[in-house]
Amino acid sequence: MTSLVDLHLAPSDLVDFLILGIPFGCVYALLAVGLVLTYKTSGVFNLAYSAQAYVAAAVFYEVRANQEWNLVLAVVFAVFIVSPLIGLLLYGGLFSKLRTAPPIARLVTSLGLLVAIPELVKLWFNGGNTAYGPPGLVPTFNTIRFGEFGIDTDQLATILATVVVAVALTAMFRYSGLGLKMRAVVESPRMAQLSGVDADRVSAISWALSSTLAGLSGVLLAPLFAQVESMQYFTLLVAAMAAAAFGRLSSIPLTFLGGILLGVLQQLIAGNLPTSSVLATGIRPSLPFIVLFLLLLFWPGLRKKETTDPLSGVDPPPPVPAAAIRTRGMTVFTRGLGVVVVVGGVLVSLFVLDPVWLRNVNQGVIIALIFLSITVITGLAGEISLAQSTFAAIGMFTAAQLTDNWGLPVLGTIFIGGIVAAAVGALLAIPTLRLRGIYFSLATLAFALFFQNVLVPQEWLSGGNVPTKVPRPLVGSIDFADNRWFLLLSVALLALFSVAVILIRRGTTGQFLQALRGSERAATSIGITPTRIKVMAFAVSAGIAGIGGGLMGSFEGRANYASNFDFFFGLVWVVLVVTLGSRSIQAAVIAGLSFVLVPAILSELDIPQAWAFILFGVGALTYARHPEGVVEANTRSSLAAIQRLLGHREPGATTTPQPPNKHPSSDDGTGGMRTPEPTTTDAGTVP
Amino acid sequence: MSLLEAVSVTRTFAGIAALHDVSLEVGEAEVVGLIGPNGAGKTTLFNCIYGELRPSRGVVRFRGRNIGSLPPERRARLGLGRTFQRIELFPGMTVREHLLVAERSRNGRGGLLRDLLNKGLPTPDERVRADRVLGLLGIGDQADRPIESTSLGHSRLVELGRALMMEPRLLLLDEPSSGLDSNERTMLGDVFRSACNESGTSILLVEHDVEMVSRVTSRLYVLDSGSVIAFGDTSEVLADPLVRRAYIGDVLA
Ligand SMILES: Nc1ncnc2c1ncn2[C@@H]1O[C@H](COP(=O)(O)OP(=O)(O)OP(=O)(O)O)[C@@H](O)[C@H]1O
Ligand SMILES: [Mg+2]
Repeated sequence: MTSLVDLHLAPSDLVDFLILGIPFGCVYALLAVGLVLTYKTSGVFNLAYSAQAYVAAAVFYEVRANQEWNLVLAVVFAVFIVSPLIGLLLYGGLFSKLRTAPPIARLVTSLGLLVAIPELVKLWFNGGNTAYGPPGLVPTFNTIRFGEFGIDTDQLATILATVVVAVALTAMFRYSGLGLKMRAVVESPRMAQLSGVDADRVSAISWALSSTLAGLSGVLLAPLFAQVESMQYFTLLVAAMAAAAFGRLSSIPLTFLGGILLGVLQQLIAGNLPTSSVLATGIRPSLPFIVLFLLLLFWPGLRKKETTDPLSGVDPPPPVPAAAIRTRGMTVFTRGLGVVVVVGGVLVSLFVLDPVWLRNVNQGVIIALIFLSITVITGLAGEISLAQSTFAAIGMFTAAQLTDNWGLPVLGTIFIGGIVAAAVGALLAIPTLRLRGIYFSLATLAFALFFQNVLVPQEWLSGGNVPTKVPRPLVGSIDFADNRWFLLLSVALLALFSVAVILIRRGTTGQFLQALRGSERAATSIGITPTRIKVMAFAVSAGIAGIGGGLMGSFEGRANYASNFDFFFGLVWVVLVVTLGSRSIQAAVIAGLSFVLVPAILSELDIPQAWAFILFGVGALTYARHPEGVVEANTRSSLAAIQRLLGHREPGATTTPQPPNKHPSSDDGTGGMRTPEPTTTDAGTVP
Repeated sequence: MSLLEAVSVTRTFAGIAALHDVSLEVGEAEVVGLIGPNGAGKTTLFNCIYGELRPSRGVVRFRGRNIGSLPPERRARLGLGRTFQRIELFPGMTVREHLLVAERSRNGRGGLLRDLLNKGLPTPDERVRADRVLGLLGIGDQADRPIESTSLGHSRLVELGRALMMEPRLLLLDEPSSGLDSNERTMLGDVFRSACNESGTSILLVEHDVEMVSRVTSRLYVLDSGSVIAFGDTSEVLADPLVRRAYIGDVLA
């Protein structure tokens, strides 16, 4: 990076970089503007946005390349019909119902879509074949020359389209009634509503508009890649996030500028770093992640904590999920049942299952151990981290390198791996946890992508092309090379950390975290330091993930990053755990086993693997209705049923959550969580 | 020397002054009132004292030290307690747990290691202390209720109890009596007086209920459009025609 300082740039080089970089930058800008639009009008930071661009590109490819439609027709269909419809569908069907939901619900929902939509499209798209050589809006091979510089027609089209969109959007915001309404909603949804603007309609229109921009950039960008592939679009989205962050998630001109600067900077770096070094090949594609990370940390205006909506205090607080307090009877019953199921499950795995399924179960148990890390950071601390697979990988690589280079006993290195992961987690958390909510999640995402693109290819870390070997532990006469012993080891570690998480959850740390989740203002008013305690939670979480990662390495015999800890798995994990229940150990265990066993069962049944991710992703859509998680909701309702059968009164604490918006809004701004006098009072005291 | 001193505090929002050159003092073991019409800037002043907002200009001193650079949690540990106009509670906790979490924050006995050794649960004396405060507030019978099912009035009392557990030197109370019935109001007045007399806690009270203000406060500040328009002994201030016009007339007329 230092070489940037003493670049020797001829003016003509600079123009070359501009020409190469601007089309990319334009697409970043288009995506970023769409992202900002929906974020500002509906409060959804739409991680599934790249999926929308991907859908449009796939539809365009299908009708243009496979069905050979006329160009105009294909563009109109893909960009101006399908795309806005998708936007309207997502808003009307999902996000409009999440207006008053906590930000985490909106984030999880969009993550679920990000996981599910591309898989759905892949099932349909091109008969499952990969789409090579996507056609552009205009043929790419026509190059227009200006003296010594050339630009191909697709690049030109991209630039022109961006200019048109920029001018049109500016004009709309400046002069049209709709634009004014949008700006009003962006400033303060409440104020706009009070002055008669239908914020819901405005948001729906923004979604349609933003989805159209996604479609447009999806189609424009397709020819820049060798094939239409959803991950490419996600990488683009991260670049768009950086541009959006540059515009402080509000200024559209700044967002455009940010996108274009990023595109040019990327080309500049590409042209000026020695191409041979791993660092260079890693830095170029991951520049957007680095830029996003740095912007999140240092860009003034993103850090402002004080609310700018003067009426935001008037909004009722988000509805409170049903109390998670159980009667002692329930606890004893569920614990007892849990022990029976676990012991039974282990025995069946050990003595009934064939070796393949024994392996699958073991992997599921290890993933469940890793999922406990999500229980800590999301369930207890209420933050969504998108880097949990990265911490697992850090643990795995540490264990691998320590055993490989120093011959340390593997069991010890697994724990050292946990400590290293915890330390990295703490280092990452100190600057990023001051950013709240969505910004924290984005910072973890940027970190995960940076790790994957820049560090994982390094030989000292991963072993390069050949994954480093990790041995199985050998303790006394017990050789864990035997998969049965290894399963017992994994279950023991899972049990150990489950107990640890339960102790933390009900101990002081858990109570402080719960207080912080409930009301950060009130928690600080009793002297709780938010950052300190959350950094601790994040370190614990990263540590657990690291230990799970090391265990996985040892189980598989080598540190295989791509098949276990690709960053995208980290996203799926969050979706899965949060859907099933982020606070519950039971849910983490079920989630871990499902993550491995559902795809295995599907392939046994000859059903495409894609359905597993579709299932996980669509499952997340239940989160808004069951923030406590599917497992917890089912446990509660079945226990209530059992208690009714046994003739007990249903305790008050186990009632289902209040539907949002049901509470009366009260004029002193305190409304929201009051419910009428309860009919039952003795929650927690039923013997 | 006074316990709390706000000197010439000014706070602007987008160029408009919500507080303009406000100075205010609270001494040891006294109950001071702060009244003013809606939007006068009372909550903004609290937030400036408490550190949630930085004053655009002016100094806030507490126990003789300039606390302008301290984050809210440090101010809390120095002995500033508060309740919120718009109630702030911890969903998922019972009434007693609200007080216990404050107690454990106060005595600093928490910690990851203790949790892992199963020593993170409240001790019997912590529970006794919490129950005593609940009893003082008259909500002892509510201790095991989930907070979601308590009435608005009781929730306000839980907030007050949570603040009292920190053994504050000064309590900032933002309209603590709204939502309470007349019995609870009477009792609240008694709680203020006993807190003040027994523990020496001072109180800065924002309150619309003039009857309550005249009963429990000894001194009074009147804020209007971001400026202090009158201050002094409660009875004298309440008799001031200017105050009656700006505030009381506003409410009672
Ligand atoms: N975050 C903010 N941004 C912009 N203006 C604000 C903000 N907070 C408060 N204000 C403005 O400052 C002024 C004072 O508000 P404040 O809430 O302090 O009044 P108050 O005296 O507490 O009123 P009430 O009796 O209604 O509680 C109001 O005009 C309000 O609109
Ligand atoms: Mg107020």
